[in-house]
Parts: sequence; structure tokens; C-alpha cells
Amino acid sequence: MTSAVMDAHHSEAHHEPAKGIKRWLYATNHKDIGTMYLVLSLVMFLTGGVMALIIRSELFQPGLQFIAPNVFNQMTTMHALVMVFGAVMPAFVGLANWMIPLMIGAPDMALPRMNNWSFWILPFAFLMLVSTFFMPGGAPASGWTMYPPLVLQTGDAFPFLIFSVHLLGISSIMGAINIIVTIVNMRAPDMSLLKMPMFVWTWLITAYLLLAVMPVLAGAVTMLLTDQFFGTSFFLAAGGGDPVMYQHIFWFFGHPEVYILILPAFGVVSEIIPTFARKPLFGHDSMVYAASSIAFLSFIVWAHHMFTVGMPLTGQLFFMFSTMLIAVPTGVKIFNWVATMWRGAMTFETPMLFSLAILFLFTIGGFSGLMLAIVPADIQYHDSYFVVAHFHYVLVPGSVFAIMAAVYYWLPKWTGHMYNEKLGKVHFWLSTVFINVTFFPMHFLGLAGMPRRIPDYSTQFTDFNAIASVGAVGYGLSQLLFVYVVVQCVRGKGEKASSEVWDNPKGLEWTVPSPAPYHTFEVPPKISSSSTFS
Amino acid sequence: MRLPTRPQGEFSMLRKVYLSVLGLLGASRANADWALNMPRGVTRLSAETYDLHMQIFYWCCAIALVVFGVMIYSLIRHRKSVGAKPATFSHSMKAEVIWTTIPIIILLILAVPSARTVIELEDSRKPDMTVVITAYQWRWHYRYTGQDVEFYSSLARTSGDARRLDSGIDPFTVDNYLLDVDNPLVVPVGSKVRLLLTANDVVHSWWVPELAIKKDAIPGFMNETWFKAETVGTYRGQCAELCGMDHGYMPIVVNVVEPQAYAAWLASKQPAATQSAATN
Repeated sequence: MTSAVMDAHHSEAHHEPAKGIKRWLYATNHKDIGTMYLVLSLVMFLTGGVMALIIRSELFQPGLQFIAPNVFNQMTTMHALVMVFGAVMPAFVGLANWMIPLMIGAPDMALPRMNNWSFWILPFAFLMLVSTFFMPGGAPASGWTMYPPLVLQTGDAFPFLIFSVHLLGISSIMGAINIIVTIVNMRAPDMSLLKMPMFVWTWLITAYLLLAVMPVLAGAVTMLLTDQFFGTSFFLAAGGGDPVMYQHIFWFFGHPEVYILILPAFGVVSEIIPTFARKPLFGHDSMVYAASSIAFLSFIVWAHHMFTVGMPLTGQLFFMFSTMLIAVPTGVKIFNWVATMWRGAMTFETPMLFSLAILFLFTIGGFSGLMLAIVPADIQYHDSYFVVAHFHYVLVPGSVFAIMAAVYYWLPKWTGHMYNEKLGKVHFWLSTVFINVTFFPMHFLGLAGMPRRIPDYSTQFTDFNAIASVGAVGYGLSQLLFVYVVVQCVRGKGEKASSEVWDNPKGLEWTVPSPAPYHTFEVPPKISSSSTFS
Repeated sequence: MRLPTRPQGEFSMLRKVYLSVLGLLGASRANADWALNMPRGVTRLSAETYDLHMQIFYWCCAIALVVFGVMIYSLIRHRKSVGAKPATFSHSMKAEVIWTTIPIIILLILAVPSARTVIELEDSRKPDMTVVITAYQWRWHYRYTGQDVEFYSSLARTSGDARRLDSGIDPFTVDNYLLDVDNPLVVPVGSKVRLLLTANDVVHSWWVPELAIKKDAIPGFMNETWFKAETVGTYRGQCAELCGMDHGYMPIVVNVVEPQAYAAWLASKQPAATQSAATN
């Protein structure tokens, strides 16, 4: 990465990056920290991917072939925790670190030392989390939702699970504070809030969501901790506690959390489609309002994860209606992207291909989401493979594809070199085909009655499980190609990138040279009307 | 769930893939051998649930047709390589209002019948009989209230042997692999059966797709649901809420039988009744 961020013309002697390990350990530069976040995210993505492949190998055929049921449960639990907290969230924070200062014309993040801390917590938190595999009783196996009383049956891993969730929460809260302060205080003069690029907007909203719900999760898991070790019974019925209360608290965190995972992805798509359609983003302001509405609604829909738990009739109706309502602002976003493409002059470089796949495949996940809102139908779908299909359709071809689109889109800006477009497209097509082979059959499995989180299944589920497993192996292997393309680009194998990289893209990040110098916008830029879309 | 029986070791994967592709193209309805869709079930509410599911599915298909249609048209026509010149428009209040209003109308159309079914699902008044279900790691306990009948229901021995790691038993040779129990729940056809659910250790969930019932069994809580099966038969399901190591091994079997057969079964299960008959 060294060549990516050094720029001899621009930096004075005392501004040059430190040498060796100190540069990374003591990093306060937003670009260095962004890079570290992205590298960590890639490592965790591959780690979680290996767990997914172990799961899919076991499910390739009925009968147990490779792992015992308790190990299977550890795999599903850790796969989810690693992917949600280790792959997707750090990747978006890494993108925020790299791009928000460049997009708003700020010299760095507002709180660079806190930035360092919020990153360096993460490797240790994940080391601790993954080390639980080697503890007596094994890794947590209660599902990532950590429902009591089951989670209290975790072995020695239990306090380490809670502590690592605390650490991840602290890191996220600090990251969110940093992003909010940066966006609110450090925008270039003349960049009013409504002139901000959509990626900055969606991240601002996401940061507020993080700030609102991470403490809630911390509270919930702390109560688990005291229930286990300090004789409280917040969630233990035998002591007068309430196990359902945990589920309410968890999902009050959990539902905004899913928008934390997808809103920055919406921002990425909103940056990429205008560039390759050569046409301004349609309805910028209504996109802002739609994202804000989604964020607001995310706080009043949590119990739709709990329709089978037992709720008063009025509660069920309220959560059904509020959940259905989310389809409206989400629809507005999709329609605005389509209107952005409409009568543009599109080309199909890799970032655009990934963004278009998001439009199609995320929408499929949205449809199954709407179906899941309907209470009577949800009673059948709930905790079946239909739900597994649904959230993988929104998380993989939604969030993960957006991260990859963003990496392809901004990689030339970071490294100063173009990636291999041909291989990028191969990676795109392999990913898109295999992701559908993996997750589409899961809809059928769920509807036919296969519950989620089971290590073995009845024989009538064999065929679709086999197909899904083949797709998963294909998808997993395709990601090695992604690693290769990125590494080659970072090593400077591609042709030199211009400062604009693409065909006349809009936004301040394209006004600095490629690779972006170690220090940018030490003097706030003047915003010309052509550099933003609004 | 009616289960297909397959000849031992037969792997007709390609044929199945081919058939499912045909099925996806809308050529035929799902048959029992390779279910693609939710079962219609054997209660009035399971049929209503199925109809709601299909109704919203068709709405989604219609919306997809329009949205994807516009996108695909745009992808073909508005590309640089066919000489498209980019337009410059960037907002339209009219468009925003239209594509906010139409989804709201569609949602209202869907909300009304859904709400109606939810209200019916919650109406467990005037049951003909009540069964208390207590979930344990990892089996079910059924108690018929007002009768002296209670028993545990666990995974059938045949499946239990085959499911072990390296058991050497081919699951395809086991009837109803993982979906068979030693003591099924038996209920009379056409009776409104109220279920009261609780658990003794962790949260479980009682799910039988053909009855369209899934309800969590939670320690310290007594949950309530009901069904009224209209067809005699054997219906199978599983625990749906992760409940630990053997979560995948606590199936549910419900035998819906004629009232006379039910009465005979109930009598045979009542040790107290048989005892008092002997002493008289």
C-alpha cells in the first residue's frame, strides 16, 4: 500500500508517513486507517466465508459427514458475528474513513487519535472472539442473536463473547462519533447539508443509528453477563425475569442494525450509477428524505422478528403495518436509481455491473421482506430457510456487492492504478451467478418446511441443499479472484489512473491526484457547480 | 408434511434440477416430491395463509415485471455503445409523488386481508379440547387437559441411530428421516384444538407447516394457539427455534384421526381409566 498513499510532491518532510510498523500502530491519517479497516474486513470476510463453506459442506447431503451438531451451531453463530461485525461494518467504516474527508473537502477525520483507537480495538476483539473455538465448551453456539436462556449454556466462551461484543460496540460508537463530527464540522465552505454527496448523507444517518442502538446492545449483553455471574435474573423466568424482554431489547438494536448494514450501500450505489450513466442522481433530496424515513421507521418495527413469540393482537397489527410501510421509502430509492439510469449514456465497468446487480437482487430481497411483513405468512416463513434466503439476498448482493463495487470504483483513486477490468468483470459474473445458485433455492427449502440452523435434514430437502452448497463453493472460490485483482492493483500492475479515473465523474474526490496524496485538502476547496450534482 | 420415499442411494439430481427449472418457468404446479412452495395445509387458516402468501407473491411478481422491465429497457436503449446521449434532468416532483402513492395503495390492498387473518388466528375461544405442550431439550411433552393422558414425544429410534456422525446408515433408507417420533400427538379431525405452550429450559418453537402453526415455547410463559384440522392424515414438523445441540432432532408428528379412532386411542392411553375399570 505504500506507493498508494505517498506523494513526494505534496508532502513535506515532517508530514511523510512513518516507516514500518509505527505507521500503522500510531496511524492517525484517515487514509491509513481506512486501509487498515478494509484489510481487516477482507480478512474477516474470508474467515467468515470459510465457516460458511464448512456449514454448506455439512449440508451438502443428509446425514452428518463432517462436524458434530454443537460444532455446526458454533459455525452458524460465528459466521454471523464475523460477517456482520467483522466484514460488513468495518468495510463501510473503512470506506467512510477513506472517502468522507475526500468527498467533503476535509483534511482528515475530526478526531484522528480516537480514529486510531476505534480501529485498533477491532483486531483484538476478533482475536478474542475467534479464540473461543479453542476454549472448553467451544465457541458460542446460541446464534448471533444470543437469546437467553440458551446463551447462558455457553461454555467458557461466554464472558469472552460478551466482552468482545462490548469492544465491537465501543469501536462502532467511537467511529460513529468521529463520522458525525467530521461531517457536521469539516465540510468545505459552500457545501450545505443538501449539497453533500449521497454516500456522505447515508453515512451520517447510519452514524446516528449506530450511536442510538449500540449502547442498547451493550446493555442487553451486560444483563446477560450479570444473569450468568452475579445472581441477577433479568431474563430468567425462575427468578421472576423475562426471557422475551431480551428479544425485544435485542431487536430494538437489531433492526436498526440491518439498516446500518445497508444504508451506506445505498450511498455507494447512489455515487456509482450517476457516474456510469453520465447523468446526475435523480431526486437527490428525496433520496435524503427516503433514507431518513427508513432510519426513523427502523426504530418502530423491531417486533416483526418476533411474530411467533406471542404478542397482543394490536401489537402484531402495529408491527405488521409499520414494517409494510418501510417498502415505501425503499421503493423510492429504487425508483430514483432507475430514473437516474433512464436516458443516460451507460457503460458497464465493474463498479457499475455490481451496482446494477444490487438493483435487481436487493429488490428480490426487498420483495421477500415485504412477504415476511405479512403476519400469517410470516408465521410460516419465520425461522425457516426462507428467512435465510431473504437476509442473504439483502446482505450479500446488497451490502457485500456494494462494498466490492465501492472498492472497484475508488481503488484507482487509492492506488493510482487501474485494476484489471477484464478480471473484474469475470469476478462480477462468477459472483452474481453463484450467489443466485446459492441463495435462490433456499426460498424453496424454507417454503417446503426446512427450519434454519439445523445440521441435518430430512431427505426431501436434499436436492436444493446440494445445489446451494455447490453455489457456495463457487462463490467462495470466486472471491479469491477478487483478492488477486485487488492485490495486483495495489502492487501497481495496472495502467496509471488519471485524477478523474472515470469519464467526468462528479465529486471532490476526483479533483485530487491519483493516488490521493497522503495529505489532501489542507486548504478547503472551492466548490464549483460542476463538482457536485446538486 | 407428506414425505416422498426414495429408493436407496438413487441420485437423480440432474432430473430434479431439470424439473425444477421447468417448474420455475411456470409450467407446472409443485408436486409433493420436490416441494417448491408452501403447503396449502389442512386447516381453513392454513389455506387462508397460503392464499395471502400467493397474493403477495403475485403482487411482487407484477411489481418486478414493471420495475425490472423498465430497467432492462433502459439497459438496452440507454447505453453509450448504441450512441445514447445523456439527458440532464435530475428531479421531478410529479414522479416522486406517483411512486410514493402507488406503493401505499398496494400496501393498503394487502393490509386488509392480512389483518383479517391475524384476527382469526388469535381467536382461540371455545376450543373442543386443550393440549399443554412443554418443550424440553430435546423432546416434546404433551398433556391432554381433563384427561389423564400425558407422554413425551422424541425422535424415532430409526432416525436417532442413523443421524450419528459416521453412523454408516444411509438416511435415504430411513422412513421419514428426522421427521418421525416415538409417540405422536393424536387429535380428532374437525375439532378445535387449543395448544398451550411452555418450555422447561430454553426457548423452542412448535412448527407444523400443514397446520400453519408456529408458536414459541418459552420458559415462564404460557403461549396459546389453535388449529382445526379438516383432513385425516399424518402431519410432520420440527422445532423452529434454535435450542441447543440437538435442535435439529426434535420433530413433531400430529396424527389427525376420525373421532372414534381418537376415542379409542385416548382410552388406551389412560392408565387410570383402565385401572378403575379393572377394580369395578
